[in-house]
Amino acid sequence: MSRAATLGRNIGHAFGENRLTLVAVAILLVLLVCAAFGSALAPYDPLMTDSTAKMLPPGAQHLFGTDALGRDILSRVVIAARLDLGMAISAVFLSFIVGLGLGATAGYFGGWSDRIIGRLMDTIMAFPLFVLAMGIVAALGNSVLNIILATMIINLPFYCRFARGEVNVRREMGYVEAARMGGNRALPVLVNHIIPNILPAMMVQASLNMGWAILNAAGLSFIGLGVRPPTPEWGIMVSEGASFIISGEWWTFVFPGAALVLAVFCFNLLGDGLRDLLDPRRRL
Amino acid sequence: MTAQLTIEDFSLVFRTRHGTVRALEDVSLSVERGEIVGVVGESGSGKSVLAYAVMGLQDAAARVQGGRIMFGGMDMLAASEQALADVRGREIAMIFQSPRTALNPIRKVGAQIEDILREHANLPSRDLRGHAIDALARVRIPDPERRYNAYPFELSGGMCQRVMIAMALACSPFLLIADEPTTGLDVTTQAVIMDLIRDMSYGQRMSTLLITHDLGLAGEYCDRIAVMHAGHVVEIAPVEELLARPAHPYTRQLLAATPTPRSTVDGLVSIPGHLPDLRQDLPPCRFSARCDRHVALCDESKLPWTSLTNSHLVRCRVPL
Amino acid sequence: MTQPLLEARALTKRYPVSGGKRGALLHAVDAVDLAIAPGECLGLVGESGCGKSTLVRLLARLIDPTDGHIFLDGADTTAVSQARFVTMPDRARIQVVFQDPSESLNPSFRVFDSIADPLKRLRGVRDHAKLVAQVHRAAELVGLPRELIARYPHQLSGGQRARVGIARAIAVEPSLLILDEPTSALDVSVQAVILRLLADLRARLGMSYLFVSHDLNVVRLLCSRIVVMYLGRVVEIAPTEELFNAPRHPYTRALIASIPDPARRGEVRPRLDGSPRSPIDPDPNTCRFYGRCPTGAERCKTAMPKLLPFGNGHFAACHFA
Repeated sequence: MSRAATLGRNIGHAFGENRLTLVAVAILLVLLVCAAFGSALAPYDPLMTDSTAKMLPPGAQHLFGTDALGRDILSRVVIAARLDLGMAISAVFLSFIVGLGLGATAGYFGGWSDRIIGRLMDTIMAFPLFVLAMGIVAALGNSVLNIILATMIINLPFYCRFARGEVNVRREMGYVEAARMGGNRALPVLVNHIIPNILPAMMVQASLNMGWAILNAAGLSFIGLGVRPPTPEWGIMVSEGASFIISGEWWTFVFPGAALVLAVFCFNLLGDGLRDLLDPRRRL
Repeated sequence: MTAQLTIEDFSLVFRTRHGTVRALEDVSLSVERGEIVGVVGESGSGKSVLAYAVMGLQDAAARVQGGRIMFGGMDMLAASEQALADVRGREIAMIFQSPRTALNPIRKVGAQIEDILREHANLPSRDLRGHAIDALARVRIPDPERRYNAYPFELSGGMCQRVMIAMALACSPFLLIADEPTTGLDVTTQAVIMDLIRDMSYGQRMSTLLITHDLGLAGEYCDRIAVMHAGHVVEIAPVEELLARPAHPYTRQLLAATPTPRSTVDGLVSIPGHLPDLRQDLPPCRFSARCDRHVALCDESKLPWTSLTNSHLVRCRVPL
Repeated sequence: MTQPLLEARALTKRYPVSGGKRGALLHAVDAVDLAIAPGECLGLVGESGCGKSTLVRLLARLIDPTDGHIFLDGADTTAVSQARFVTMPDRARIQVVFQDPSESLNPSFRVFDSIADPLKRLRGVRDHAKLVAQVHRAAELVGLPRELIARYPHQLSGGQRARVGIARAIAVEPSLLILDEPTSALDVSVQAVILRLLADLRARLGMSYLFVSHDLNVVRLLCSRIVVMYLGRVVEIAPTEELFNAPRHPYTRALIASIPDPARRGEVRPRLDGSPRSPIDPDPNTCRFYGRCPTGAERCKTAMPKLLPFGNGHFAACHFA
């Protein structure tokens, strides 16, 4: 049976057993559609203000209500999906690649590379991670790129440690020695023979990490260190809406907050589903 | 002699996601007082499953389909968990493969022996330490007072196995079940451990059920051997009889495949085919697909036990 | 006397020990002299911790020795480091069949890829058609059905995986095949098949074997000469039957007496109790077997026995052999 067919059968089983994973995939699809086609789906221009329609509760005209400047919240939530997801995915992707590279090097070669990389990761982890992110963005300036950079840096140790551990375990296995006997030098052994085996587990970690990355990016914006208004972004929207908690205009922060919750929830479920999928004991 | 352990027509299945695995079918076996019986089979033969079932320790997915297991006068399958727990450790003991993993890694060895004594032997607390050290000495561990305070990781594989034997024999059980006790040990250590098991067995008139894949080992240490294949016991005989005049085709091929000091490469026989899938419907003889003596009669009905002599039994329509 | 295919002289490997005394060294392999003739099958036995795995990795040039040399057809392979040796043409001449079939095949490679990889790297086979032909040839030699070549290791049985490991090793036509416990993880019925396959291959392809095993009955089947190791040193070398019938070193005697033999049921035989001494910083003047040996004279404590010839290719390192 081909690899694709086996994978397909495993996916079927994983989803069959875990309905929540299906729910997660559905939510992910919705989010991705919003991110990709937001401008087409949004009923209103997210930046367009309308002083006549300020602070309207959810109704027929504005499904999620309007904010203090009369902007349609639904449109803003939908458009913001692209930015929030985009930042998180970029940061996770970069963390993944760099973390994999550093961790695999440390795990395979050991010695000085392991020590140096280990100290580097320890330095990052010595700080409370969110505070470190704040510091990076504050130092480099508020911009989307810097949020991505900050999120990438604070997530780096996570992937690096994981990759290091996985590579270390496999370094002594028969097939790695066979690869060396087969004429492969160190780098090809690492890249062609070891890394393909650790990628699935790392993808699971990445999926679980996505939720954290989204919260991180939104959190930085929430405290004003990230994306600047009037850019629609879930964190900023929650921040702006938070001032209205007491006065009771709940729709200004609940909907962007719910979007965040939904996104994080979806990625966590996906991660669990992926982990079940890849668990060799449950393989057919 | 009354049999210490009697297994009669015992059948057990595992209910799994991929179907029902008929792990054991109509297994019959007995162990007399003071004898060492070997259960020999390859991987997948069900020998370990049988060992655990005797102790009442089978997997949660296991379902007994029929038969009886009588230990002394006690019906092991009908007994309550309480009664079984009472008997385990005191009257039946088990030693496992990989001794280092079978011992608790964070407790000292002496303390683990004391646990058994405290649970099953009625001894005052102050005597426990002395008895534990005695138990270690009986299995010929050098310097038992010092070893009493050792952790399993400080001891070699052979020493750990001796500690397990000491724990098993601490309450002088009537039956010892040894599940591949020497796999993973060096051949020199294996010889010492097996000698120890044999000496303790005969010395204490203790029955022993030795589970192993090594026919040579069973041949040297057991009084009788039961050969298992794919969940069936196919032959039981006294050891010399089994080795010299095997009656079941599988036994003959297993013997011919096992290297001995007198074998040659060309003389080694391989057994064609592979184990049948125990989830499928199977013919009455599970070896028939691989057997060169297969006839139509083999597929007809459940195989009866054929007595070749008083003590040599075989389940085959066309025994050798 | 023809030049040996592989010759090890004074081969030594010492590892620094962490957590112990400063500068403490673990003597994994100590001053080993060994020679394998072309077409010979040499057995290597010893208990765990005797250094045979380290010796295998040294001879396979997976690790560099601390001291000593390894000559392949007279050329010193230890002149270059193991990292450089990987790229040299001689790399193809020594191959290894590993012990655990479940760990020795890359789970993400199909059988085809596992066998093709060394062909691509060591033999420079680039043409796809040629590659396929050579992979099929290797599979055929080991009796692996063609339809299994597209499978992944987890879809194969233990015996099939063992065959793939052998196919991978012989695909590059090595002169020396090192077999590190190739059948210990297999059932006896499968083992028989694999052993016959190995004997057959050696006859057909003319390779030399270094056969490492803890199962002395198996070693006896295939090997013409046997080397016995203890705590990093060679203690005895002899032709097979002579080793089994007339062993000279007390350790070898104990080893052979420990083999389970139904024909000797109930016999009281010499048993070797206890465990080996520590391989860390051993006393260079004391026999490594002293203390566990039934003989234990003053001489054993003050002078390390050398490997002495006893005629007919039989060597033993014991003052009282």
